[in-house]
Amino acid sequence: MTKPLSIRNITAHYGQTKVLEDLSLDIAEGELVSLLGASGCGKTTTLRLVAGFLQPTSGSITLGGKDLTKLPAHQRDIGLVFQNYALFPHLTVAENVGFGLKQRGISGDAKTKRVGAMLERVGLAHLAERLPGALSGGQKQRVALARALVIEPPLLMFDEPLSNLDAKLRVDMRVEIRQLQRANGTTSVYVTHDQEEAFSISDRVAIMHAGKIMQLDTPENLYQRPANAFVARFVGFENLVPMKVVARDGAKITAEAAGGVKLTLGLEHFGAIPDNFVLACRADGLAVTDNAAAEGIPATLGLRTYLGRAYQYQSETAAGMLVANGPLSKPLEPGSNAKLVPVPDQCTILAVE
Amino acid sequence: MPTKIHPALIGFTVLVFFFLVGPLVIVLGSALSDTTYLTFPPQGISLRWFQNIFEIDAFRRTILTSLQVAVISTFVALLIGIPASYAMSRYRIQLPGWLSTLFVLPVLVPELVLGFSLLKNLAFQFNAPIFLSLIIGHTILILPYVIRVISASLASFDFSIEEAAISLGSPPLKTFFTVLLPNVRSGVIAAFILAFITSVNDVSISIFLTGPGISTLPIQLLAHMEQFFDPTVASVSVLLMVLTVAVMAIVERTLGLTFLAK
Repeated sequence: MTKPLSIRNITAHYGQTKVLEDLSLDIAEGELVSLLGASGCGKTTTLRLVAGFLQPTSGSITLGGKDLTKLPAHQRDIGLVFQNYALFPHLTVAENVGFGLKQRGISGDAKTKRVGAMLERVGLAHLAERLPGALSGGQKQRVALARALVIEPPLLMFDEPLSNLDAKLRVDMRVEIRQLQRANGTTSVYVTHDQEEAFSISDRVAIMHAGKIMQLDTPENLYQRPANAFVARFVGFENLVPMKVVARDGAKITAEAAGGVKLTLGLEHFGAIPDNFVLACRADGLAVTDNAAAEGIPATLGLRTYLGRAYQYQSETAAGMLVANGPLSKPLEPGSNAKLVPVPDQCTILAVE
Repeated sequence: MPTKIHPALIGFTVLVFFFLVGPLVIVLGSALSDTTYLTFPPQGISLRWFQNIFEIDAFRRTILTSLQVAVISTFVALLIGIPASYAMSRYRIQLPGWLSTLFVLPVLVPELVLGFSLLKNLAFQFNAPIFLSLIIGHTILILPYVIRVISASLASFDFSIEEAAISLGSPPLKTFFTVLLPNVRSGVIAAFILAFITSVNDVSISIFLTGPGISTLPIQLLAHMEQFFDPTVASVSVLLMVLTVAVMAIVERTLGLTFLAK
């Protein structure tokens, strides 16, 4: 029943504004891929194009080898879960869930049985005769999920399904969504602006910006090995320092940043390092120490903030303003001199763009 | 502790109530008077002025005409107004801003001007039948109300509900009837009532468009008043009120209940 989705070279416009540019995306059978990005990045547009609510300027969309590009939305057979639930206010929970079956000519006992079984699965069998107005946010989203799943679509799409729920429920619901999706093995597209949500439930995540996919990879790879500066910043590499290799010595290199700051980096961690590169470090990746003998970036400490697990310092260096973390055991005063020592686990190497 | 209401507020409320209901009571009282002239309080109680309405042929005919014109023009206005309001709400971003203003423009034009220009350009120019002219005139008159009321109820409609239905396999036109209309039911009922009442009570447009043989009830009432000053005028007014309330009740019941049962 489930099918692979293939988006090929899609370009889309709103009036004169180009919102998607030559976007391609392949999602394997049973895979859950998230589209992640800030508002206006084109993630919802991509979903609406696949759903058939928008037409691309060029490009094609195929589902299991069937071309959807020119097919009207109501013939695409895609299960959709909306941000604001979009339940039919005038129909009961059972009628909402049964709506798609009715359109498919399934009625009577067959329909009642499938709706009942589906409501059982999302734990709402006891609310079957209620109207949506009498449900809580979490219950509404479960009904929306049941309504999309009961038609056994070859493709499921979620448009920020959890953003109207409170934090605790959001975590519970995303686990539930993932379990249902896994159990059915339905190919899924999940649109969200919440990085934690995307990383926690997806097989792969596409980070989008300005109508393009910046990187499509597993959450682990995105988090540890971002492919470019945009993705690096997005996943929390706050410090990007352009550097130039000045000496190579076996397994070590020495590189220089602006302002004459020199660092020695080991190749065993970073792999091959090109002559010109950008060193990307999380705040945890630059350890603040007042040991003047340590090898690191000399800095003058600025504002100190308390993070609970560490102190964070805005640090003035010759290579610019950097954000670095220091131990709780040794708070340092603003204005004091310190060294920022790179922690290889929390740093990565990017190509110069 | 119960909320203390200021005596002045109570007094004011009572005054407003009298202001609203008083004229209706006077009209009803005059209609029941057993005299041959209009008077209040009524002297003697009689239903003969109500009976008189139906004895005068012109009243019988104009009541029928008024009802026909009101029903037909209300339906025509809904037929135009519902899709227009839908398009303006659904495609608000794509459509130019002045479009919704265009549809309520007739409200801004004095009705007398509207009536006169319809007389000149419709009745004289094209020699349109009186009944047709009345339907056209009333439709133009009530269309802005229909569009305003239905647009207001569409403003709170979440169009992703419509998309949800389409994604579940319901074709767009079917979705309009099975998902959208039931959810703006109260707006449609309100528009119907408002349009119907406006049409039945209209004088300023009808006065230009009515002619030999065909007239509406308010116009006939005017004509009658010019000749006689008997309580028939009051009893016709009461009849108009009863008619209006009856239509409101019927629409509320039928439209309301059938949609609820769905």
